[in-house]
Amino acid sequence: MMAGFFNFLLQRREAGILAMIVLVAVVVGTIEPRFIAMDTLRIVALAVPLILTVAMGQMMVLIARHVDLSVGSIMAMSSIVAGMMFRDLPDLPIMAGVVAAVGVGAVLGLFNGLLVVAFRLPSIIVTLGTLSLYRGLVFWVSDARQVDPQFIPRPLTLMSQTSPFFDIPWIVMIAGLIAVLTHLFLNHARMGRHIYALGSNPAAAPLRGIRVVPVTLGVFVISGALAGLAGIFYASRFGYVNPGITGVGFEFTVIAAVVVGGVSINGGVGTVLGTVLGVVLLGMVSVALPILGVSGFWQEVLNGAVIVAALLVDRIVRERGVRAATDARSAA
Amino acid sequence: MAEPVLLSARGISKKFGSVEVLTDVDLDLHKGEIHALLGENGAGKSTFAKIVAGIHRPTRGELRMDGASVDLPSPLAAQRRGITLIHQEPISFPDLSVAENLVIGRDAGGPLARVPWARINSRARELIDLLGIRLDVLQPMRGLSIADQQMVEIARALDSDSRLIIMDEPTAPLTPKEVATLFSIARRLRNEGRTIVFISHRLEEVRALCDRATVFRDGRLVGTRDVAGLEESEIIRMMIGRPLNDYIHKHRARIGDPALEVVGLTLPGKFRDISFAVRRGEILGLAGLVGAGRTDVARAIFGIAPAASGSVRVDGQEVRIGDPSDAITRGVAFVPEDRATAGIFGPLSVEQNITVAVPGKIAPHGVIRPAIAQRLARQTVEKLKVRLASLRQPIMELSGGNQQKAILGRWLHTDPTVMILDEPTRGIDIGVKAQFYDMIGELAESGKAILLISSELPELLALCDRILVMSEGRLTAELSRADATPETIMRAAVPQSGQPDRAA
Repeated sequence: MMAGFFNFLLQRREAGILAMIVLVAVVVGTIEPRFIAMDTLRIVALAVPLILTVAMGQMMVLIARHVDLSVGSIMAMSSIVAGMMFRDLPDLPIMAGVVAAVGVGAVLGLFNGLLVVAFRLPSIIVTLGTLSLYRGLVFWVSDARQVDPQFIPRPLTLMSQTSPFFDIPWIVMIAGLIAVLTHLFLNHARMGRHIYALGSNPAAAPLRGIRVVPVTLGVFVISGALAGLAGIFYASRFGYVNPGITGVGFEFTVIAAVVVGGVSINGGVGTVLGTVLGVVLLGMVSVALPILGVSGFWQEVLNGAVIVAALLVDRIVRERGVRAATDARSAA
Repeated sequence: MAEPVLLSARGISKKFGSVEVLTDVDLDLHKGEIHALLGENGAGKSTFAKIVAGIHRPTRGELRMDGASVDLPSPLAAQRRGITLIHQEPISFPDLSVAENLVIGRDAGGPLARVPWARINSRARELIDLLGIRLDVLQPMRGLSIADQQMVEIARALDSDSRLIIMDEPTAPLTPKEVATLFSIARRLRNEGRTIVFISHRLEEVRALCDRATVFRDGRLVGTRDVAGLEESEIIRMMIGRPLNDYIHKHRARIGDPALEVVGLTLPGKFRDISFAVRRGEILGLAGLVGAGRTDVARAIFGIAPAASGSVRVDGQEVRIGDPSDAITRGVAFVPEDRATAGIFGPLSVEQNITVAVPGKIAPHGVIRPAIAQRLARQTVEKLKVRLASLRQPIMELSGGNQQKAILGRWLHTDPTVMILDEPTRGIDIGVKAQFYDMIGELAESGKAILLISSELPELLALCDRILVMSEGRLTAELSRADATPETIMRAAVPQSGQPDRAA
């Protein structure tokens, strides 16, 4: 019974990431006991919601065997649009800014999706293009001016600082809720299953009656909308929006977290739980390194090493899985 | 017997580009029969099946079901009418469970409609039980054997209440036990009144399973017969009965010493114990059906997928060929069958394609000398009469025949001792084919040893000095020019069932 449960764990990709999280906590905690403290947990928790929100969308895109490199720029665009509304139209309710941010994100995501389906372009190229395109638009829309802290509404910044209960900040709870909804959508909604099917075998999908175009557009719109929402979180957490800083390089952080979380870049594979753990692992590493006094250069190096190590573990586990299946068959 | 007709084809023709691969096929499929489609490779049986399954659309002709004309623009449209094609390597979603593979795409509802997991899983168990096989419906498709994947496809066809199930060479990858299971299920489906179309090369299987058989040849339907009482020789005669056409064996090369000797070549799962020799000036044919392992032998000799055991000698010297560059150094050249993926560098120029195998000639000191490269390419183009606009043209813009000539030219520059040609005239116009036959003859006359793999019997009979026949990974016959006839070749090429062990 116990052994069976252990085996089940071993077969799950999530168990590996969980083990790495524990390992990092134990190692860092031994070297620097300060790490195992409520404060650190709070910092880790605050590092998580932005990445997690965008990662949920990116995960769906990857499961459908696409990729969205433009999420950092979309986040910046949504953030700057909302920030300028707060600055220039102070009488509008905050909710209007939130709706605008999500809407802008969804529209930019739709544009990505349309380019992919209409011209049959590889999404990595399309979104590499819109990564620059949208960033350029951010500068144009904002006149290259930052939205300063005094214009970000106080209730919005409080969402990163106050908590309804358990001392967990609002934006962390919202990001958690999004993860739960994503899990339900991917596992229990018809379209969620079609996303897995499309990524698992794109050639077979149309033969099996899966409508490829709406599913493809759908994942890009969702990814864009979630990046837009993350734009609001950015304004809340950092209290300003800067066209040249906000979201720059964020796509790589997000894709790294998703891939570490066991989502396959070959599509068809990935779970919300895995992605959440991937986000937490990268968040922990990024918080732990400064505590240990590791210099900035080495932080980059170690971040990269974690990503490569996670992929290697994945490859080894997967190959062993295939071999086990083959052995079982030839034994039968 | 006036059996009720399920589907009738009238005047079905299909052209790919300018080549007509199917001409005026009239065929009735009855309810409750297992109907075999037979024919050589390229005879049109698979094209016909794909038209019925909605994968190809006919250029002319109509399909009628239940007395009304039907249009099948897509596989999905065919499925909705109750027609399912089961591919030899079934299509599936490897990351989804068996149960989900059974239903996905046929579920109704909006994007957020709830997936009824409990119902899906219990229905899947019912279907799998109905087929009498053991399979955990919750496991992912990835890792299932081909046989089990076929069963899942059959289950899917049952669930959508298919009336016509087409199986395209389903037994080729199966073990004898799996074949038996498949047959008993096919018979049960027939007895329920469904129609099964069974495409196979194995005459024994057709005899064991099918009620009627239709033979295709050269894109035409030759005839339909009741299987009971049908002689095997009759089927073979129908399959190959075309007159031997005008290809004339012209070359009179002097046959010299053995250039390539192969002893006991074995690659588990592909071929076993292959031994033969080709002499200088000789054209040795290698006949067999698709999947017999001919190309695998060629790839092994050329070092693409080397054999596990056995030895190869070139010009009397034992050689170890671990990859293609070894083979090229030893004087072996290989013109592969699949030009597009294995032969040409599509976007590169004709000149680069011709000179790519002889870096030492065009770049004597490590730097390419454009004048030399151009001269070599021009020689080839003129000698082989390659039609092109410019040597700088990307090779993919050329017609298939001209691409093939350029590749042949590439290997001539390496001055090989042995040339292996795998289906060199496939997809080439008849006029250019004749030129190819002349060229192959000239190569032999110049003292090269030629191993010619071809599925076209007239081609082999016209060109070869000797013909080897492979079936299911083994050499089954060696025929001299005098003994080689379409009948003797086909007899050796058609697998005999009850010969189960596929080189384990």
